[in-house]
Amino acid sequence: MRKLRKKLYMTAGFNTISLGTGRKEFHPKKPRPGLEHYIKEAGQGTLAQMNGAQHVDECVIGNFMAARFNKQANLPAFFPMIDEGLKWKPAVAVEGACASGGLALATGIKTVLAETADVVLAVGVEVQNTVKAIYGADILAGAGWFQERKTGHAYFFPGKFSDRAGVYFEKYGRDKARKAFARWYRNAVENARLCPTAQEYHNKVEDLEAMAMMEPNPKAFVDNLNVFDCSKVSDAASAIAIVSEQGLEKIGVAKKDAVEVVGLGQAEYDITIPPADLTRLETTELAVKRAFESAGISKDDLSTVECHDCFTVAGILGTEAIGFAKPGEGADFVSAGNTARGGKIPFNTTGGLIGWGHPTGGTGVHQAVTIWEQLTGKAGDAQIEINNNKPFGLSINMGGDDKTVVAIVYKKC
Amino acid sequence: MDYVDRLENVTVLGAGGKMGSGILLLTAMEMANLSLMPENKHRKFVLNAIDVSDSALLSLMDFLQAQVVKAAEKKTVQLRQMYKDRKDLIENGDIIKQYVFDVIKLVRCSTRLEQSYDSSLIFEAILENPDLKVKILSQIKEKSSKTPWFFTNTSSIPIHELDENVKLDGRIVGFHFYNPPAVQKLVELISGSNTQEDLVQFALQYAKNLRKIIVHSNDVAGFIGNGHFMRDGLYGISEVERLSEQVGFAEAVYMINKVSQDYLIRPMGIFQLIDYVGIDVCQFIMSVMNSRLQSENIHSPLLDKLNEKDVKGGQFGDGSQKDGILKYEKGKPVGVYSVDKGEYIPISEFQEKCDAKLGALPKAALPWKAVIGNPDKKTILENHFAELNEMDNLGAKLAVEYGKRSKEIALKLVADKVARTEEDVNTVLLTGFYHAYGPINEYFI
Repeated sequence: MRKLRKKLYMTAGFNTISLGTGRKEFHPKKPRPGLEHYIKEAGQGTLAQMNGAQHVDECVIGNFMAARFNKQANLPAFFPMIDEGLKWKPAVAVEGACASGGLALATGIKTVLAETADVVLAVGVEVQNTVKAIYGADILAGAGWFQERKTGHAYFFPGKFSDRAGVYFEKYGRDKARKAFARWYRNAVENARLCPTAQEYHNKVEDLEAMAMMEPNPKAFVDNLNVFDCSKVSDAASAIAIVSEQGLEKIGVAKKDAVEVVGLGQAEYDITIPPADLTRLETTELAVKRAFESAGISKDDLSTVECHDCFTVAGILGTEAIGFAKPGEGADFVSAGNTARGGKIPFNTTGGLIGWGHPTGGTGVHQAVTIWEQLTGKAGDAQIEINNNKPFGLSINMGGDDKTVVAIVYKKC
Repeated sequence: MDYVDRLENVTVLGAGGKMGSGILLLTAMEMANLSLMPENKHRKFVLNAIDVSDSALLSLMDFLQAQVVKAAEKKTVQLRQMYKDRKDLIENGDIIKQYVFDVIKLVRCSTRLEQSYDSSLIFEAILENPDLKVKILSQIKEKSSKTPWFFTNTSSIPIHELDENVKLDGRIVGFHFYNPPAVQKLVELISGSNTQEDLVQFALQYAKNLRKIIVHSNDVAGFIGNGHFMRDGLYGISEVERLSEQVGFAEAVYMINKVSQDYLIRPMGIFQLIDYVGIDVCQFIMSVMNSRLQSENIHSPLLDKLNEKDVKGGQFGDGSQKDGILKYEKGKPVGVYSVDKGEYIPISEFQEKCDAKLGALPKAALPWKAVIGNPDKKTILENHFAELNEMDNLGAKLAVEYGKRSKEIALKLVADKVARTEEDVNTVLLTGFYHAYGPINEYFI
């Protein structure tokens, strides 16, 4: 990837709460807010920090499967509902499974780079609790190749990553891997407890690692993962503004309240072909490499990472894909506490997909909001220390089984 | 005739009732599972659901639909295996829908007994009335084209009596589910003196496939479950009679119900349990036991009076509780029936006064719900009962006496050889009544 051709920024991030099991407000049998509520809350939350809708040139929304979860398509037409000022403005929806949010950011970035807009409002949303998990598994399986659905597991994606975990166990040892999974879970929940919008914010369990060591039960679930290894079923939306230097002036936001977007890396892998090596996230490796090249930095310049831990094993493989650990050593790297908030390189500081929640099509935008919060000192109780010698953050958003990946590098202003 | 042959054509009598519907559900799923095995493709499985009431049979189908969906959603991992050759069924949703249909299509509802005449296996879950049972079973035996086996869900009538009166030559076994059958793990298995061994073996296999816990009970009226429950209930009633002289009837019912629930950490108070089972059902069971157990008086004039006034408890079709001795709102007792006044007196009118009379619960007390699945259950119970035994207030004293009486009843069931072991009695109370601890324990000495 080439260096970005002009300076651009993200600012005015906003997250709704991530609603689902774990949140006190959540009751499976009681009515809940719908898609409209989340789009509106997140959109208005961002507009409120950028002097309203007047300067927005274009809008982009990332969403995966509203067509099935909510029987709703044509999402761009919800922007004018957020604010009347968005009426008649151009908008687009993008989809790439769980990387839809990341694709919304990439689209906004390119729109600003193409100079057809100075201010883009990006929203990511998913409302998934409309169906029980067993039917949700069908819908989410759309992130894989439908021709594989018949032979796939009832819980299709947990099945895919369980297979990855199984091969990792065989190659590098089951005990150390399962321990690392449990540590990953503990980090996720401990971080989520510091973020009021996180789904695991109310989690009070004392010995998280002991709980997460529960043996997988293949009869009811998958062979190599338990429920604590999985991200949450979530209803949530996030929004953020993507702006040029002029755009930042127009909306009246100071640079200190924005992050600079300095690197973008995207990659695709053939959805009809299984991964060559189940212990590697090759597409992620490539997207991260491109993002680093585009930003002109290396992993050692990072202060924090938001990685796509749809499953604990994906988190471990993520540390290897970025290059923090050699193949097979991601488990040791995580178990040693390096990715915890006080560690060498804090990952997923508001809980990630396992702790904060995983509103599939919204996750990519949520990751950007978290990094923006951390690099601008707005993360509240979840704030980590940002070393001025390492002013960079990285987000990795993955769609499907390492098929569509968007990596973005951010810099503290 | 092997296991599958036997289950090709089955009838459930009283299928619209609360026990019958549960038995029908479990049997329908077991038969559907067999029907889906490739080696059974040629077989024609039929499950007759017979009941006197058309409206009960219509409710049964609603119940079945909802329950099979629930069950299928829980075992989709296995269902995907079972339907792996069906190329048209791809998503979980497709498979669940097909399974629900494959279960329900086996069921033939009818109000006519003739429907059962080709069955090899008859589940009987009709009214707990010996004469009626004998009459219906005799008719089927007379007219059947097969030589069917009979499973009776009686909770009190000795099996050898039914065997002799219907002249079944040992083709009957007691297979007593607990309410609700789809949830409660326990089945009491009762062989009559003449019950055929291959029938018992079949029953064990069937119970195993349904993942039930079997406790063998000897063939004595009431068996283990009701042998304990009826006497426990009578003790509660006698305590009410004693206490009501001081505090009034409604107050005494409230207090004993509370003592038997909160102080003893049981899932329900004794009067709520009587309502749950049904006052009329309890009366039937007591009369069966009373006429067969000469040495004691198992009879309650109070229950007779309530029945006369048509106060019966039991459940509505949707499983919610009907008013009985207690009146319920959202499943919680809010009133007590006064036999004299013929109306319910709100508990709120006397609750505070009665609670003060009973005194405080032990400090370690937790509700049953918080104890039953708790990994520290043993310690919690030990602390609770140690404290209870030391306490001086009325509630604690009533509770200790109640616990002692429950233990005495349980020990007598073993002494009288109704139960084979003390452990069997405890298993029945733990898995059939969902108690947090068995009646034979070290808490009450």
